[in-house]
Amino acid sequence: MLYTSRKPGLYEQIMAETPGGDVLMTCLQCGTCGGSCPSGADMDATPRRLFAMLMADMDEAVLESNTPWYCVSCYYCTVRCPQAIPITDLMYTLKQKAIAAGKYHKEAHADFSGSFVGYIEQYGRSFEFGLATRFQLTHHPLKTLSKGGLGFDMLRRGRLNTTPDRIRNMPQLTAILNEAKRLAAQHGGAP
Amino acid sequence: MTASNGAYVYYPGCSLQASAHAYDISTKRVAERLNLTFNEIDDWNCCGATEFFSINALPAYSLVARNLALAAQTGGAPELVAPCSACYLNLRKTNDYMAKYKKLNQQVNQALAAGNLHYNAGSLRVRHLLDIVVQDVGYEKIGAEVTRSLQGMRVAPYYGCLIVRPDTGYNTEYPTHLDKLMTTLGATVIDFPMKTHCCGGHMTQISEAVAYELIRRILKNAADYGADAIVTLCPMCQLNLDVYQGQVNRTFGTDFNIPILYFTQLMGIAFGMTPQELGFGSEVVSADRALAQIGREEPEERERPKRKDKQALPMPALNGGGRSES
Repeated sequence: MLYTSRKPGLYEQIMAETPGGDVLMTCLQCGTCGGSCPSGADMDATPRRLFAMLMADMDEAVLESNTPWYCVSCYYCTVRCPQAIPITDLMYTLKQKAIAAGKYHKEAHADFSGSFVGYIEQYGRSFEFGLATRFQLTHHPLKTLSKGGLGFDMLRRGRLNTTPDRIRNMPQLTAILNEAKRLAAQHGGAP
Repeated sequence: MTASNGAYVYYPGCSLQASAHAYDISTKRVAERLNLTFNEIDDWNCCGATEFFSINALPAYSLVARNLALAAQTGGAPELVAPCSACYLNLRKTNDYMAKYKKLNQQVNQALAAGNLHYNAGSLRVRHLLDIVVQDVGYEKIGAEVTRSLQGMRVAPYYGCLIVRPDTGYNTEYPTHLDKLMTTLGATVIDFPMKTHCCGGHMTQISEAVAYELIRRILKNAADYGADAIVTLCPMCQLNLDVYQGQVNRTFGTDFNIPILYFTQLMGIAFGMTPQELGFGSEVVSADRALAQIGREEPEERERPKRKDKQALPMPALNGGGRSES
């Protein structure tokens, strides 16, 4: 743990809950991450700035920022970081914290991830057709027509299954996921 | 060939069952030709993509670990192959992290135990299909199988993110193994600066403005260098560049018409198989024009994009590059 006088906050939590995350304390604030990020220009704060905000105890602003949600998981920042900070993994942890705190950015569409996970928990497989239609109808009802055209393109080419695949041993998967959730709640996030 | 004697555990992943079935079909055809035995994991589940890790990490790792535990019991272990870049990343990352972080390993195995499973972290070797093709089979053997050279076709080798990052042993920003594979098949490979840039992933669902701009950059770069096709190895990249190409054209007023093909489809063509056998026809942007280039005399070096004026710095053209309001 850091030897500082600051009260432990979100900064310490995300380091503890990300495998290898404690390297964040070596951040140089060089900005290579933001400069490498393909969606950096659309973020409220670049990763560098977000980390500075964390050190400044601006926890609420960090949780409400769109930054982790605009992370495309391309790992450019991670491989370019001179300190080898697992930035992409830290973004995942920040998303989890934002969801847990109910503070995520209004454009975050955490429910997209939620729907995706919902299908996996129900069937063991992802279900693109269900996901696309459910999500689009909820969020872009007016655009669904044009999206429908796109979906039609895929349906016509046999690229969308209209019924979900289901694995045989769902009870096993459910037992594993439930135990993992119980452990996560008990230990406060992943190691 | 490695000690695996050409036998591998195969994890197809959800995309290959639906939106990327052409990848699945062509992978199986090419594997058969190269005497690779792919044993599919019985009753595998989804890898969680990027979404599960956004919600709750430990269940996400446990979800992936169920596949690893089942894979370890499958013929062909310890070599596990995934054709989808996202599946590959998740399987590899979970395998590596469990081996590296004891507490994660202990907790994931405790979750697996609830389903009467156990996984010895690090016991499998998780590999992407392209890695198997170029490392285990090798360019020489592939070259020997080529009966119909792709000469005349100009391809942009598109790696995307996850087979080179975060750490897979290949150059993280400028890999060349797909380039070499395409050259082996006889194709003309363009130098492709955007080869490891992001296709936008799931951003098409979250922010169209962000996603379409990322897609546009890649299409424009390939078009600027005169590519007849972009060759890919990831279902997400294929879907974004292919299915959203029309949307991108409408958004930016562009007229890109570049088919996005799986490397296995082009291997099959070079091996003398028919397009029908390889799942051609399921791409939204038709591959017909690109396939018609095959057999032509070596195309002339097409004109490189010109600078606007001689004084200007060598920057990418900005017209049409503005963000749309949506």
